Amino acid sequence: MPAPIVEVRNLTKRFGDFMAVDGISFDIQPGEILGLLGPNGAGKTTTIQMLLGLITPTAGSIRMFGLDLATHREQILQQVNFSSTYISMPYSLTVEENLWVVAKLYGMTEIHRRIDDVLKKVELEDSRTKVTRRLSSGQMTRLTLAKAFLTEPKVLLLDEPTASLDPDIAHKIRALLKEVRQSSGLSILYTSHNMREMEEMSDRIIFLQKGKIVAQGTAQEITQRFGQRDLEDVFLKLAREP
Amino acid sequence: MKLHRITALVQRHLFLYRRSLPRLMEIFYWPFLDLVVWGFITVYLMKFQGQLPGVVTFFLGALILWDVLFRAQQGITISFLEEIWARNLMNLFASPLKPSEFLAATMALSVFKVTAVSFVMATCALAFYDYNVFMIGLSLIPFVLNLIVAGWIIGVLTTSLIMRFGQEAEVLAWGMVFLFQPISCVFYPIDILPAWLQAIAWGNPAAHIFEGMRAVLTTAVFPGAHLAWATGLNLLYFALMVGWFHYTFNVCKERGLLVRVGE
Repeated sequence: MPAPIVEVRNLTKRFGDFMAVDGISFDIQPGEILGLLGPNGAGKTTTIQMLLGLITPTAGSIRMFGLDLATHREQILQQVNFSSTYISMPYSLTVEENLWVVAKLYGMTEIHRRIDDVLKKVELEDSRTKVTRRLSSGQMTRLTLAKAFLTEPKVLLLDEPTASLDPDIAHKIRALLKEVRQSSGLSILYTSHNMREMEEMSDRIIFLQKGKIVAQGTAQEITQRFGQRDLEDVFLKLAREP
Repeated sequence: MKLHRITALVQRHLFLYRRSLPRLMEIFYWPFLDLVVWGFITVYLMKFQGQLPGVVTFFLGALILWDVLFRAQQGITISFLEEIWARNLMNLFASPLKPSEFLAATMALSVFKVTAVSFVMATCALAFYDYNVFMIGLSLIPFVLNLIVAGWIIGVLTTSLIMRFGQEAEVLAWGMVFLFQPISCVFYPIDILPAWLQAIAWGNPAAHIFEGMRAVLTTAVFPGAHLAWATGLNLLYFALMVGWFHYTFNVCKERGLLVRVGE
């Protein structure tokens, strides 16, 4: 078995009295899609933000590519990107300008070719010169995905990437993610509130509740363990536990 | 520090000016209005030329230099606010961009703004009031450079406060610099101030700069002491403020404020 590309050990984040993430440990293997499930406030987004170096953990460690994030932030983030429904890109810039800035930030070469490729991938070629303010919410989500693909990361963190997309585009995005994973061996950490999507996309799933891992395994293993019909029933059961 | 990351951020802000009238107004409209109002005041005061020698140079020169300080500060703070307004901080700080590179980019932007605003003001002063700021001479250049650094110091302080206290502190972007105006002695000599305030003002590099500017205008002697004090104080405060910015950045990351600063 190859060495994990992401190693998280006893990761903890406390905000005052509130324990957002409570000593979680997990690995992501090269080319694996790991689903992070849990109700609102379970600690999914905080975990992703810690993996991105935006929040400093209270305790525990994050290693990627064999390096410690606390001491090798620059080298690690060069190979990581993310997309979230909850972020946007500068509204006053065009789609192309926004992507150009991202490419320069990551020190990419052949920027125009890469932008062409990535816009084709997310079906935004016709919006290239459009000011970002004029994009629909679905197009904005695709732009943030384009931003994430543009830098050709080895690890991609996706926080509800299809939440604002219509089923057709969401399906295309999922297909694209699978294709990119297949072709480049990309590792993905994926959160979503769409249980069918989680079942379809994830090789393994981690269930978070009140900052703790309460279950992990494949979708099938988890549903069997909790004696439920599907992941949605498991989610409801766990989320409604006192 | 990586130059490509600094230039990426500078370019990101320059893209904004291509199609944003309010941002262009910041460079052309407000400095122009400032100059017109103060120009008329100066014309009025010229009637008392006997009592106030060199009034045009004093007021218009001081005004242009005050705008150098103001725009240098704004170049840093408004650039940070632009990222908050665009909800772009996460994109930036989840990239390999370092806080020091972010600061370097905002400082480069501040030089761009200062250059553009100074050009507009100097041209208008020449066209409308027949006042040539370059008549003051080359000895003004080190003072102007010090003024830009003084603006950066206030800009970094303000940015740190906005990052720490969120958008509620946004108003500081326009107000903070005016806190320093009374003790910068822009339009009057430092000995006008009460003794206790003079003591504080001497600790302000801008006061040495404006005192130095007046000395350049009224005496033939180059005010080396004022320049040395301004440079020394600037270096000290600049180092302290950059340290303070990094400390605040880390506190914000610990408290999860960096991802919530725009909320």
